[in-house]
Amino acid sequence: MSKPIVATASLAGCFGCHMSLLDIDDRILQLIDLVEFHKSPVDDIKKFTKMCDVGIIEGGCCNSENVENLRDFRKNCKILVALGECAIMGGLPAMRNDIPVKECLEEAYLGSPTIDPKDPKIIPNDDDIPMILDRVYPLHEIVKIDYFLPGCPPRADLIWEALLTLATGKELNIPYEVFKFD
Amino acid sequence: MAKKITIEPVTRVEGHGKVTIHMDDKHNVTQARLHIVEFRGFERFVQGRPYWEMPVLVQRLCGICPVSHHLAAAKAVDVIVGAGTGEGLTPTGEKMRRLMHYGQIFQSHALHFFHLVSPDLLLGADADPAIRNVIGVALNFKDLAVQGVMMRKFGQEVILATAGKKIHGTGAIPGGINKNLSAEERDSFLKGADPLNVDKMIAWAQGAVDLFKDYHSKNSEIIDNFSVFPSNHLSLVRKDGAMDLYHGVLRAVDADGKKILNDVDCQDYLKYIGEEVRSWSYMKFPYLKELGKEKGWYTVGPLARLNTADFIPTPLAQKEFEIYKAYTKGKPNNMSMHMHWARLIELLHAGEMIKELVNDPDIMGDNLVTKGTKGREGVGLIEAPRGTLFHHYKINDNDQVVMANLIVSTTNNNEPMNKAVNFVAGKLFTGQSKITEGMMNRVEMAIRAYDPCLSCATHAIGKMPLEVSLVDTNENIIDRMSR
Repeated sequence: MSKPIVATASLAGCFGCHMSLLDIDDRILQLIDLVEFHKSPVDDIKKFTKMCDVGIIEGGCCNSENVENLRDFRKNCKILVALGECAIMGGLPAMRNDIPVKECLEEAYLGSPTIDPKDPKIIPNDDDIPMILDRVYPLHEIVKIDYFLPGCPPRADLIWEALLTLATGKELNIPYEVFKFD
Repeated sequence: MAKKITIEPVTRVEGHGKVTIHMDDKHNVTQARLHIVEFRGFERFVQGRPYWEMPVLVQRLCGICPVSHHLAAAKAVDVIVGAGTGEGLTPTGEKMRRLMHYGQIFQSHALHFFHLVSPDLLLGADADPAIRNVIGVALNFKDLAVQGVMMRKFGQEVILATAGKKIHGTGAIPGGINKNLSAEERDSFLKGADPLNVDKMIAWAQGAVDLFKDYHSKNSEIIDNFSVFPSNHLSLVRKDGAMDLYHGVLRAVDADGKKILNDVDCQDYLKYIGEEVRSWSYMKFPYLKELGKEKGWYTVGPLARLNTADFIPTPLAQKEFEIYKAYTKGKPNNMSMHMHWARLIELLHAGEMIKELVNDPDIMGDNLVTKGTKGREGVGLIEAPRGTLFHHYKINDNDQVVMANLIVSTTNNNEPMNKAVNFVAGKLFTGQSKITEGMMNRVEMAIRAYDPCLSCATHAIGKMPLEVSLVDTNENIIDRMSR
């Protein structure tokens, strides 16, 4: 029997959720036996070449490339999981949603006390860097999401349980008491 | 015909970094750039929030070394509440924070070496990319893979005991810490079941240093010449010149070892450090004001710290420090790949520090918080795993933050990483019209030596997927390769 296929990505997150996945510690060696990793930071696959059973996404969408990547995941994954606060609600980066993007950029690149006020006023803007969205969007506002795993980050045990359950084709049914929102 | 080569890690798609290499019509590399494509806007959106939220809020910048941000913010907030500038905390407060920090250094350095770098060293830079990752290491060197996983776990357990959570903890509060170390926690670190005790961890860290030295003795050609360029180096050091990753004064030396920043107070960082914005990257370019933008850029992190420090205050790491320094005859080390050697010596030091702190009776004291007279401004610096980290806040009468300035470790290494990419790209791509997988990996290895968050992140288990295109001036693709 072929192994279930898992893909993962981090969009506008901090990689803390991926680090929490690593906190399953030595079970990681078990995981390598149980599932096959497709497009993910865990391997070298850049583009989807086959349908995946489970896609796991950390982080919301803050720039145009996050959106493209998320849509690509939806197209290529049977089950899509929003992992952690940022994926579910935009999280901490969404604190900028009440503030015009221009103000955020000006504060960082013009207002900082380490910038020489005599320097030419430059805000990064180049074909080689992606466009920032007007606000940070949670995943479910852009594509359909099948499961939500809360936490900042979700606990390693929760991620482990969810991965095992979904990868073996079972319905994920985790009691509410197990969820932690911090 | 002039052309542009783009190296796009999947990281770009996921919002991290990419490399572009420009070549002239004689196939000479004219420019190579590492672009950072992330922007969050923390400096603006923390404005209006109460200052005591900073240690828990700003650490969400990065889930890979959140403890560094947690503590740098807490140190800045200590100054605001009048609890001193790194030295006014109670012994329990300061030592618990130090323990948290050295736990963080231990897990981060172990992760970087075993998960990210060892595939290149053990399996070779030209090994099949399908196996050149930690899974390949796990299959071929199972014991070593288990060591890496368990060392990271140990560091994470130290963080849990001091910060309350392994990622995005809450331990440090304005003026101190919210808990001490229990006898049970202390015993688990000292006498934990094999291998999870501090003596085993120190032994394994020593083993990792020895592994690197052995590899180096057989491969000195590549390690020494892979990427070498003169650089300034900056870090905190203790007042007596010892390595101190939690607190100290700012010191910088030039490529020849001359002191160019002489043990100055962190609170005055604005006098010495400036930042330049360039249109093609969201990451700013810091420099030493006295030397200016052209010449004032500097390296931070393990390589820099071993160049600035006079000695390491723990015996095993000091012994290794002496061997390391002897290799360059006491002069600053400017070889990028020696960053790995330096990082492992720090791993050993962190293990020894954890043992020292856990054995210190102060750490179980119950005087946790210092109070003082409140001010309006504070600066907090710390040596994060990847280098010096700056946090600076100003508040108003309502205790709301009105200004936040952050210079993160990877930003400090912006120019050196660009220099390293230029160095390696110039060596490899000059005169070439064909790209090979090995060439791509070598550009990556140059960036990886600096352990930037972007690579650390995507290298969590495997390695950075890349797409390289060789494009002529009319944007026609001459050659493309991806993996």
